[in-house]
Amino acid sequence: MATTTYVEAIRQGLWEEMSRDEEVFVLGEDVGVYGGAFKVTAGFLDQFGEERVMDTPLCESAIVGAAIGAALMGMRPVAEMQFADFISCAFDQITNFAAKCRYRWGAGVPLVIRGPSGGGIHGGPFHSQNPEMYFVHTPGLKVVAPSTAYDAKGLIKSAVRDEDPVLFFEHKYLYRRVKEELPSEEFLVPIGKADVKRAGGDISVITYGAMVHNALEAAEVLAGDGVELEVVDLRSLVPLDKATVLESVKKTGKVILLHEDTRTGGFAGELAAVISEEVFEYLDGPVMRITAPDTPIPYSPPLEEFFLPKTSDVIRVARHLAAY
Amino acid sequence: MLPDKKVCRDMLYYMKLSREIETRIERKLYRQGKIVGGVYVGRGQEAISVGSSIQLEPNDCICPSHRDMGAFLIRGLSAREVLAQYMGKKTGVTRGKEANMHMGDMRHKIVAFVSMLADTIPVAAGIALAYKMRRQRNVVLCYFGDGATSRGDWHEGLNLAAVQKVPVVFLCNNNQYAYSTPLEKQMPIQDISLRAQGYAMPGVTVDGNDVLAVYEATREAVELARNGGGPSLIECKTFRMTGHSAHDDARYVPKKLFEEWSRKDPILRWETRLIRDKVMSEGEVRGMATRITQEVDQAVSLAESDPLPDPKETLEGVYADQSVEAPLAFAASFFSPERWR
Repeated sequence: MATTTYVEAIRQGLWEEMSRDEEVFVLGEDVGVYGGAFKVTAGFLDQFGEERVMDTPLCESAIVGAAIGAALMGMRPVAEMQFADFISCAFDQITNFAAKCRYRWGAGVPLVIRGPSGGGIHGGPFHSQNPEMYFVHTPGLKVVAPSTAYDAKGLIKSAVRDEDPVLFFEHKYLYRRVKEELPSEEFLVPIGKADVKRAGGDISVITYGAMVHNALEAAEVLAGDGVELEVVDLRSLVPLDKATVLESVKKTGKVILLHEDTRTGGFAGELAAVISEEVFEYLDGPVMRITAPDTPIPYSPPLEEFFLPKTSDVIRVARHLAAY
Repeated sequence: MLPDKKVCRDMLYYMKLSREIETRIERKLYRQGKIVGGVYVGRGQEAISVGSSIQLEPNDCICPSHRDMGAFLIRGLSAREVLAQYMGKKTGVTRGKEANMHMGDMRHKIVAFVSMLADTIPVAAGIALAYKMRRQRNVVLCYFGDGATSRGDWHEGLNLAAVQKVPVVFLCNNNQYAYSTPLEKQMPIQDISLRAQGYAMPGVTVDGNDVLAVYEATREAVELARNGGGPSLIECKTFRMTGHSAHDDARYVPKKLFEEWSRKDPILRWETRLIRDKVMSEGEVRGMATRITQEVDQAVSLAESDPLPDPKETLEGVYADQSVEAPLAFAASFFSPERWR
């Protein structure tokens, strides 16, 4: 059986949802004729027609605004931000309009906003960002960040079917680097459920997105030294699967919180607080964060390499914790 | 030519009802401390929302702004619900979650606006896009003021609507002030309808204090939109006969402007016209006014005795799936159960 890449998995998930329900449509910059900057919607125009595969002007705010309008009418729009970085242009529509409609006046906004995020491709400050925390902090939004082809496909399908706005951050470094065999039958991955990607009894590494793979690499190396990492892939930041996180921490007593996003106000800080509040007595060492530094994402390879958290960071911190 | 008699009378009724409700809110309930937040009224601008939304069909949609009381009432909200909304009551349109004119209900096809004015423009385009994709012959009326036309979302929204040729009518109430900022500091043009040219859509300027002019311009634009002709922009020139809100005494507005525009009061003009053209007698007009006063009296007393929401409702309705809010449960043992379920 052939393997499927992460990007193809998202494409398949969207394709299946658009085939299943004609109220699902995609809109964004260059999603039609060009098939999307990363080809996530390649072939969609021919299959579904230009109304359901809508090339828009360059207007992120109006793309999201129009998606909100269609969603209020019960349609299922999937808006693409060409790069997740550009989502800042639509910040107001997302955080003030989409996020608050249900709470303010009981109107559901079932829309998906996809954004290729993350570094490692020499994209520089405006094509590499991880903007998830702006939205994690906004009640009313769901925030999803898959790390594997299976999760990406299952989660994009769940996102399309969700009754609330879902921000789907797909890591562009993983697009063609991660692949696996996918089931031939249909499957969904529920939003709000973490996945233990590797079980281990010594240290919990709680992470999401591309960093899941760094954690797994580190786990492989450390297993040789007799240190067993448990890698918890959050998959969804909102809703957070607190039960899985806390269960892992209770088991290991030692925690590394790992993300590619910058440090201050990153998700690790929130997780550290939750862990401290709820399972403090199980901890056998300090809760450690591994994150990018608080800088913009630089362009030049040695700078970007320095910026991004690495497998070696996980190994180093894990050894420090193991010695506790 | 006047529209049929029922429409003529209804337009007078809704203009008067809007005026009465807003006067009660601004000059009585607010001063009595019964309105807990801000008050933004559309006194003197009633012809705009009434003359336009009166002609919609049930499945059409409106995206009103904060000086469009008439549109809310025409689409089916009751005076009591509106008053309860202002008082933060559980029976208000948004059950106490939202303030004043931020009312919405998709059952009535009313979209609640946000305070970031012009955000509704692309949303209106998206609703119209849904009509177009579903082959529905419906339209969206989207309302905003002069200030909103300075924002990027306004331009992005008009552009997208025009490119996609969706059935939406953009209605500007140009009341010449955005809070304290007069038009000449807002834009370098005299007529907002000029902006339509940049989006290749019809743009007209009408007397916003003439309900018939608004009615006619909207009728044409709605017909064009229903027939697949795409969006239009209608600028209704009017004047804000109050401050920006109830706390603003508008001392920055030259007095003579208030005097000048009070002579153009849209309700008085329409009344005079209906009496002159024998659509209504003076007695009928007086009777309508009395009925409205009674109606609003009753609505006020009902809204006043309506209950406030339960504090626990603070935590409800963020997501469709209530279990998403479960993380708060942990804190229950430490904080007062009042606050944490």
